[in-house]
Amino acid sequence: MSDDPDLAIEVFGLCKRYGGIEAVTGVDLSVATGEVVAFLGPNGAGKTTTVEILEGLRTRSTGDVQVLGVDPANATAEWRERIGVVLQGAKHEGDFTAAEIVTMWSAYYRSPRPTAEVLDLVGLAEAADSRTRRLSGGQQQRLAVALALVGDPELVFLDEPTTGFDPAARREAWQTIGGLRSLGVTVLLTTHYMDEADHLADRIVVISRGRIVADGTAAELAAHVAMPSQISWDAAELSPGLLGDRLRDLLSGAGESLPPAAAVGMSATEPVDVRHAIATRDVGEVLRELLAAADAAGTRLDSLAVRPPTLEDTYLALTADAQGGDSS
Amino acid sequence: MTRLAQLRSEARFNLLGFRRSPAATFFTVVLPIIFLVIFTSIFGNEIIGSTGARVATVYVPGILALALVSANFMNAAIVTVIRRENGVLKAMRATPLPPWVYVGGQVAASLVLTAFMTALVIGIGWLGYSVEVQPGAVPSLLITLGVGAAAFSALGLAVTCVCPSEQAAPAITNMCVLPLYFVSDVFIPSDGAPRWMTFIGDIFPIKHLAVALGRTFDPFSEGVPMPGWRWLILAAWGAFGVLVTLRFFRWTPRS
Repeated sequence: MSDDPDLAIEVFGLCKRYGGIEAVTGVDLSVATGEVVAFLGPNGAGKTTTVEILEGLRTRSTGDVQVLGVDPANATAEWRERIGVVLQGAKHEGDFTAAEIVTMWSAYYRSPRPTAEVLDLVGLAEAADSRTRRLSGGQQQRLAVALALVGDPELVFLDEPTTGFDPAARREAWQTIGGLRSLGVTVLLTTHYMDEADHLADRIVVISRGRIVADGTAAELAAHVAMPSQISWDAAELSPGLLGDRLRDLLSGAGESLPPAAAVGMSATEPVDVRHAIATRDVGEVLRELLAAADAAGTRLDSLAVRPPTLEDTYLALTADAQGGDSS
Repeated sequence: MTRLAQLRSEARFNLLGFRRSPAATFFTVVLPIIFLVIFTSIFGNEIIGSTGARVATVYVPGILALALVSANFMNAAIVTVIRRENGVLKAMRATPLPPWVYVGGQVAASLVLTAFMTALVIGIGWLGYSVEVQPGAVPSLLITLGVGAAAFSALGLAVTCVCPSEQAAPAITNMCVLPLYFVSDVFIPSDGAPRWMTFIGDIFPIKHLAVALGRTFDPFSEGVPMPGWRWLILAAWGAFGVLVTLRFFRWTPRS
């Protein structure tokens, strides 16, 4: 391995087998110092296994791993001083206050941050004296981040920091995680939400079935899979019979993400709810033909809408590809 | 922080958690005292026949054994399983804290509890029932308490290996000790009990703890009580607990 000092994490050919099952099959991954990287994938893709190997909490079957220049399989207390870990679904002892737990954990480190400062960093200052059993899910998660930060680490791992959260709690957690960037901390976080990865990370690494299937910014990933855009309009404005042959062939023929109303509501009683849709990568050309058809039919086509591919479409396409490749 | 400061911090927070847990406080502090009062009230504090000793002379060491087992075995096991199942132990493993400091902090807290309960039970026995530690027996008492606390702390960690969940921990630990109390000179003297009952009592460690403690309160024992082989049996059980812990203890949740 290169032992590049600018790389906080270097992984090459990482494999993990449980009995006969390969949970992780040849993962390569590098994270630069100061970078915020999202490790994105569906449940069971191997995210937690990989991250816990990097944290030194799990052994690996094969592969080379360097985290802050050290193989986590030989983790020392020295090395653990430099990392912070937020486990999936972290819970706290309910009989202690947030401040007490942070103080208790600060004793584990050589030069800890002061308790008040840590609570301030994660926005828990006003909840410092509340017993942790009375904290909300978002507050509990921020306390877990506080425990990861108390030793003033260079690198922080966050395993599914917002799974199961309501939107408000997610925003809270995002704010806290976003704050890590200003501390100059390197972050590797796992998630199965594409929007979370896009919002928080500099770079997204997609894992599916134990294999890396994509690596890049959200825009790069979207360009890579080149999902079609969706063009739709109210059926009442322009019926398929008035379209040219080419457009009629394209008309939601592939069955791609047609709004549910169109699928169930083809009755004459509520025609306003029915929309026709065309999925295409050739947006300009299709629009020109569509508008020409509308002109010819004498309709304004005010209901026309163009929806670019969403992050979710990209994510589903990426992870679906890998599954197809696996079964072949 | 130095290791000593870390140990002190761990012990302090363990004791704080104990004080805030109504169940732990009730079973370790309140219940033994209730038992002491109930038993001496039922049986009266009469002088027992030819021995010349009072009834409470039997119950004070018995209840002291109960409190020691509760503080070191029950309490430590239940707290450890709760922490394990909530992922607290796993998260702790990702910090620089050495595992032995974590365990040491918990044992230290149990020792403080044991010392507190010893003072409380002996104090009540002395003021309420005129039961006294024989002056020559104080070193023997301290050795018995030390060996007993160490052995039951080790067994407390060992028993977590067979507790699959947070809910199972109180049931399993109680199952381990409750039946034994009745054949181990804790609630009732085992003198008149059938052979098989005294045999079971002799195999397990609680009876040896209770009898060794009893010797230090016996006003008629001759010379300095040195129940050496009972200490050895307690130590052997402690060693068994250490071995099981080293082999099977887990830091990660089971459920």
